[in-house]
Amino acid sequence: MEASRSRQGRAADAAATAVRFDGARVAFVMEGGTFTAVERADLAVGEGEFVSIVGPTGCGKSTLLNAAAGLLAPSAGKVEIFGETLDGLNRQAGYLFQADALFPWKTAIDNVAIGLEVQGVAADKAQARARDWLKRVGLAAFADRYPHMLSGGQRKRVGLAQVLIRDPKILLMDEPFGPLDAQTRQIMGNLLLDLWGADRKAVLFVTHDLEEAIALSDRVVIMSAGPAARIIGDWRVPLARPRDIGEVKLEKSFHELHREIWQMLKEEVLKGYAQAEEAKA
Amino acid sequence: MKRAKLLFLQVMVAVIVVVAWHLLTTVPVSGKPLVPPFFFSTPLDVAARIHKWFAEGTIWRHLWITLTESALAFVIGSVAGILVGFWFARQPMIAAVFDPYVKMANALPRIVLAPIFTLWFGLGIFSKVALGVTLVFFIVFFNVYQGVREVSPTVLANARMLGMSERQLMRHVYWPSALSWMFSSLHTSVGFAVVGAVVGEYLGSAAGLGYLILQAEGTFDIAGVFAGMIVLAAFVIVIDMIVTLVERRLLVWRPAAAQTSA
Repeated sequence: MEASRSRQGRAADAAATAVRFDGARVAFVMEGGTFTAVERADLAVGEGEFVSIVGPTGCGKSTLLNAAAGLLAPSAGKVEIFGETLDGLNRQAGYLFQADALFPWKTAIDNVAIGLEVQGVAADKAQARARDWLKRVGLAAFADRYPHMLSGGQRKRVGLAQVLIRDPKILLMDEPFGPLDAQTRQIMGNLLLDLWGADRKAVLFVTHDLEEAIALSDRVVIMSAGPAARIIGDWRVPLARPRDIGEVKLEKSFHELHREIWQMLKEEVLKGYAQAEEAKA
Repeated sequence: MKRAKLLFLQVMVAVIVVVAWHLLTTVPVSGKPLVPPFFFSTPLDVAARIHKWFAEGTIWRHLWITLTESALAFVIGSVAGILVGFWFARQPMIAAVFDPYVKMANALPRIVLAPIFTLWFGLGIFSKVALGVTLVFFIVFFNVYQGVREVSPTVLANARMLGMSERQLMRHVYWPSALSWMFSSLHTSVGFAVVGAVVGEYLGSAAGLGYLILQAEGTFDIAGVFAGMIVLAAFVIVIDMIVTLVERRLLVWRPAAAQTSA
């Protein structure tokens, strides 16, 4: 009785928060000691909020994302999903990986449909909805292609459809457009904003590209150079929605924010380089 | 055009070899041929022998026996290889315990097992099947083991994030990956199934292509030996062509490498 009431109370408090890192620390046990990737992270992502995490290479951005996905357990502190402490995989999240994560032995449409099929949706129904999703990401004509027959950008579109068809409440993205060329990135960014605008999931978007982060997000979070990284900055992006990534980059407030954040980020990037040099020497 | 030219050149190789063989064994140079036909036979004798076998229909029984042995060896060896490969890949402890024994068994020249199999399973087809199984098993086993373990960690993480249970992972991730590795070694494993069957027959049997060659050798019937070898080679090429067709069908999702090699 008591316990259930208190849990309800907490759930109500946390209703507006989709993901919360509460003093989360992630360390790996390695040969010759432990390696602390993330020293301490405190961060809350509201429902329907688009938050980007930016930091120098190797700062533990992806580690943080994996902790939110439940692929890694924090060694101290905790991760809460809609007010519940995460234990095991995060079932409410969809994850778009940086590397190719499609099943190479399945066609585009089967790759999209699989997310529903594992939930027990009948095959013909899943196929119909997958076809619909392929249309939404502009790949209706490529349904029967295998991943190796698609371009990098097309594979990312399939990946996006594969994740979104399950309608997760939280979307985790790990430099998803990193390997793409500049033009394709811009197109993918706009596609992402269109799809996100339709039902506003909570998004945690990891990138090393500050411009991309500002153009897409409601908030930009900066991490310090790793190892033992922490969150060192948190900015709100004052740009109106809906946005077009190409146009938003021309606005004055975009440039002001970019300059402000870059001041801090630059230092961390240089620190990161220095550490990498030391490690080499 | 290019294909036709290639085919022409390929046929020319056979024509030149056969013509040279014919000339060397039949045209007398200062009294007798350069190469004694008693040891090398002649193309015409060999052709006549093959024609006789097919005309009389005696060859079919031997072909059928060898085919049955090869097919059984392939199927049993593959099923066992897949099961054990999966088991070891998913249970690293078991794999570690058995590792030295697997290596030992694989290093053993399989031919020394043939007499034991003959004792155990008799002179019928099953001693040959057993020999083929010991060859096929290890190829399939190593490939399946590798295939299960070498699934991309990203694909695996993605599958788990998509909500797959352990059983669904098996069906949608490990199984297709293991199969693709197994199929990439299909030519080798099918070839070894045939080798096992023929070597087994050669060491003691009452029928089959190996038996046919052994019989001919026993009577210094060189034309029979060559005829047997040519029939065997044709048999293997036909099987290899079938394997190529199966492979193309099953590995459509693979990027070019697997397709261009065929």
